[in-house]
Amino acid sequence: MKTRMLQRYRDGDRMNHWFIALMFFLAGLSGLAFFHPSLFFLSHLFGGGSWARILHPFMGLLMVLGFLGLFFKLWRDNLVNDQDREWRKHAGRMLKGDKAGMPPVGKYNYGQKMVFWAMAVSLLVLIVTGFMFWRPWFAPFFPINLLRVAVLLHSVAAVVLIAAVIMHVYAAIWVKGTVRAMTRGTVTEGWARMNHPLWHDEMTKGR
Amino acid sequence: MSSLQSLDVVARSATTTPTPQVRTSAPALAKLIDESKCIGCKACQVACMNWNDLRDDVGTNIGVYDNPSDLTPTSWTVMKFFEVEPEAGSLEWLIRKDGCMHCEDPGCLKACPAPGAIVKYSNGIVDFISENCIGCGYCVKGCPFDVPRISQKDNKAYKCTLCSDRVGVGLEPACVKTCPTGAISFGTKDDMVAYGEKRSDELKERGFQNAGLYNPQGVGGTHVMYVLKHADRPELEDLPRDPTINPMVSLWKGVAKPLAVAAMLGAVVAGFFHYMKVGPIEEKEVDKSDEKEGV
Repeated sequence: MKTRMLQRYRDGDRMNHWFIALMFFLAGLSGLAFFHPSLFFLSHLFGGGSWARILHPFMGLLMVLGFLGLFFKLWRDNLVNDQDREWRKHAGRMLKGDKAGMPPVGKYNYGQKMVFWAMAVSLLVLIVTGFMFWRPWFAPFFPINLLRVAVLLHSVAAVVLIAAVIMHVYAAIWVKGTVRAMTRGTVTEGWARMNHPLWHDEMTKGR
Repeated sequence: MSSLQSLDVVARSATTTPTPQVRTSAPALAKLIDESKCIGCKACQVACMNWNDLRDDVGTNIGVYDNPSDLTPTSWTVMKFFEVEPEAGSLEWLIRKDGCMHCEDPGCLKACPAPGAIVKYSNGIVDFISENCIGCGYCVKGCPFDVPRISQKDNKAYKCTLCSDRVGVGLEPACVKTCPTGAISFGTKDDMVAYGEKRSDELKERGFQNAGLYNPQGVGGTHVMYVLKHADRPELEDLPRDPTINPMVSLWKGVAKPLAVAAMLGAVVAGFFHYMKVGPIEEKEVDKSDEKEGV
């Protein structure tokens, strides 16, 4: 007796994912230190305010570079289609835990796709604006008024990214059997049939 | 200085709890720069570098008297020369001593993320406490007068201290002491406002109808003020007409931050309660038994 497994992520993709996650926490914690005085204590994790200021852009840059690796692999799977629009109409039932009432989905559901695009867009804004006020190298090349807009957009994008990650992590905890897709690379067939029936069919076709 | 004057610190960057509030009777001070008396000798620049032990690099001449051509991390005050025609055919040479305005509502302090890197004293002086500065450059974005400069050598922000160390022991700032024409005065803010208005009236009698005191209210007034010959057009001398902290900075440092912190914490708390109420989504038992086929 053995539970049948389906391969959802390859080892390279999983390592890529965890590299992004690590950099997200490092860039996020150092960035939050400057975001609000109540969070400045986080800078001590990095050796003080100056070190947090020095390290933050490098960690952010590494996070974005890591994300590019996954982005080019996954963006096609995350294009929104008609099934997703149907799914969106029933999203309230999903939140109530009524999984059975949801239309069938492929590799990713509408919520996952939105998280993907929220991350992609916020990271794009973060990297562009972040470069603009990266001291001491790039900030001198931009006018102050532009930098004022940049720091505001950088903060907004950071909050969007953090909110998206909170949803991402929560959904993984909420839907049992999901985390092992990233820790082991495989999911059970039952999990796939329940949460991603179209993807399940695709994976087991011709078996 | 920060420890010596800790009771005088009435505002402190990136600090959400009250600073010491016991010392309430310290009079607000101000420096008044009367441009009509300024001869552009730059003695104030020399006095500033002497007292503060600053030596800027020897720069290049840009074809005018301005030298250095702008504020730098080691030139905290600079004479700026303007050849202007306020009215057609009436050439005037205006000279303005540029430097920190010591705003009553300092944008640099509001923007600074490092606790205690920027403070405001009870006498109104805004000071950078360099040991707490992390070099992020946010003060530059907060300042409506483009004053702070960040050193390439040590990544610290610098600007005029209004000689807080001298003023703290009852002396006037070095530039005031050295000015040979009395163009720079120093005293209580009330006295300086009164004197500045008196000087403006005198200038009006002499034909400068638009003379006036530059003490912009958009930043709550300043502790460095000018008597301008053309107060109706401060932009003639690169001074903002109605300076305020940029709305981007106010939004970013104002309402956005607590809301965003609440939103992020709220998302975590909402997730926790959602899980407790709805419970996890699990595979159906039938599915599980389905899978357990013989291999």
